Amino acid sequence: MDSKRNSRRELLKAGAALAGGITLGTGGKAQAQHDHPVTPSSENAYPMIHGSKELIEYGQRSKYVTSVRVQHPIGGRPSPDVFGKVFHVATPLQDSVGVITPSSLHYIATTRGSFLPDIDPKQHTLTIHGLVDRPLTLTMDELKRFPSVTRLHFIECAGNRHNGKQKTVQDTHGMTSCSEWTGVLLSTLLKECGLKGSAKWFVSEGAEEVKGASSIPIEKGMDDCIIAYGMNGEPLRPQQGFPVRIMVPGFEGIYHTKYLRRIKVTDRFYMNYNEFGHLRPEDKELALGEQIGPKSVITYPSGTQRLPGPGFYEISGLAWSGGGAVKTVEVSTDGGKKWNRAEFKNTPQRMAHVRFAYPWKWDGTETEILSRCTDDIGQVQGMREQIANWWKVPFERDYRVPGLDNSIMPWKIARDGSVTNGLA
Amino acid sequence: MASPKGVTVSLLLGSLLGGPAIAQSPTYGVGRTPTAEELRRMDISISPTGEELPPGRGTAKEGAQVYAQKACVGCHGVAGLGGLAPILQSKQGADVPLWKKERILPLRAPHATIVWDFINRGMPVGLEGTLTPDEVYSLTAYLLFLNKVIPEDLVIDKQSLPKIKMPIGDEFGKPHQFKLNAPRLEGYPY
Repeated sequence: MDSKRNSRRELLKAGAALAGGITLGTGGKAQAQHDHPVTPSSENAYPMIHGSKELIEYGQRSKYVTSVRVQHPIGGRPSPDVFGKVFHVATPLQDSVGVITPSSLHYIATTRGSFLPDIDPKQHTLTIHGLVDRPLTLTMDELKRFPSVTRLHFIECAGNRHNGKQKTVQDTHGMTSCSEWTGVLLSTLLKECGLKGSAKWFVSEGAEEVKGASSIPIEKGMDDCIIAYGMNGEPLRPQQGFPVRIMVPGFEGIYHTKYLRRIKVTDRFYMNYNEFGHLRPEDKELALGEQIGPKSVITYPSGTQRLPGPGFYEISGLAWSGGGAVKTVEVSTDGGKKWNRAEFKNTPQRMAHVRFAYPWKWDGTETEILSRCTDDIGQVQGMREQIANWWKVPFERDYRVPGLDNSIMPWKIARDGSVTNGLA
Repeated sequence: MASPKGVTVSLLLGSLLGGPAIAQSPTYGVGRTPTAEELRRMDISISPTGEELPPGRGTAKEGAQVYAQKACVGCHGVAGLGGLAPILQSKQGADVPLWKKERILPLRAPHATIVWDFINRGMPVGLEGTLTPDEVYSLTAYLLFLNKVIPEDLVIDKQSLPKIKMPIGDEFGKPHQFKLNAPRLEGYPY
């Protein structure tokens, strides 16, 4: 195979040398027609990026990097719509590297599906009240005076479900993102307010038009919730709750109240409109609509990508769990018969994406690749059929996994190297 | 974490200064105490017991008028049907079980107080928070009446609203006792 590749390269070189006289002046555009660019000679083949105020002040990615967010689900409401409203928008996981989702590409979901408030942080306050000895109102400057934490956490929307109609991993899994969040632990603030012994829940409420609110167990609030004002080294983006949001690590996205304006500590469960949305006939199913289960997905190779030919590939993907840190990820390259331990590219952290990889030599035959996550509290990502069996319901093609869909995602590789949705 | 010593000192200071009206937080001395009036205006979370409900009253008949005047009808349609916004009245027959019917707040909500809460905080779109308590009571009564939950002449207020028996009864999942570092559902391997 190596000799084949070398001889091909020689051919390309020869072709380019012939065409060279004509194409050099146009910045080598003709090269794009080949898989491999011509090895650059000593002369400067690239045009200059002219400095501008904009580029110097805030920066911009290369014009050759075109990865963008898209509406979710496919055929869903476009964002923005004609009124400028923003609905659900998915992150391009197929192009992701590492574990941090760039803030510009973080997925978006809005409470009632529309309204992004334009908040002047000088006008915004956060109030904590209810079952506390000393209610407290903080300006954003005051909030930042408290001791802070900086932690890596994912957020995933409950609507992040995969089915056979979707094409790319952006469609199937793009409603999860991972960022470095900076803020004050809610426990620091609750201790400051003096939590009463009768406290069992708290309601977190946003300042957007519908004042979206969620009820969260106080144990969670005292454990690891963060009142976050920072994201990936800068203030939160408006789409992610500027100037302040609550992080409820591992819980479904909707609990991570954006534009946080109020926390009310209560002695009972308050059913907010968000909880009405979670309402289910059975306790068991309701329980699966809170903490996110162990989950993983292969992002390369994934749907609509194409392997150029047999040979070496590093299968790469993301794994996460709402129950803790990821403990192991296994990858199967034979449709689930044999599972192989993947390696981690970063240290797994609690309720954070971890990048996994598995070295693979594709022999050019048709196959299916899958990944399986186990977290540090022993939960294991299941196949859709296993989950149906546990619930004692017949397994059908369009089986809907209860709660957030954390079932194993298969990608099919055809003989021509094309990658398609294994659920299709 | 605050040191236990710091907390003791603050508590002592608190008692020396004469009680609970500490202007700033004890350990860090940051922020201020909101006034009772600020909290009353801000606290729009309505518990199933309705303790946060403001004074006021309304009936379905009055609600039908508000529904027309406040342009609810423009989005939700006549009697909650046929508009572009979600329907507010079930199209299903009485024989259809509740969980098979549409997900309509004034029909499926376990507590009538949630209907009040959501209209109050989230409606009408673009003019949220502008309805008076009487208007919210009236609209709540109207939507409950449209879904055959209450009779047309029932006066609803802070006392009667939490007592309304919703059709769902007790047939809905209750939140489990959350445990840290535990599977999301005991015995569920996935």
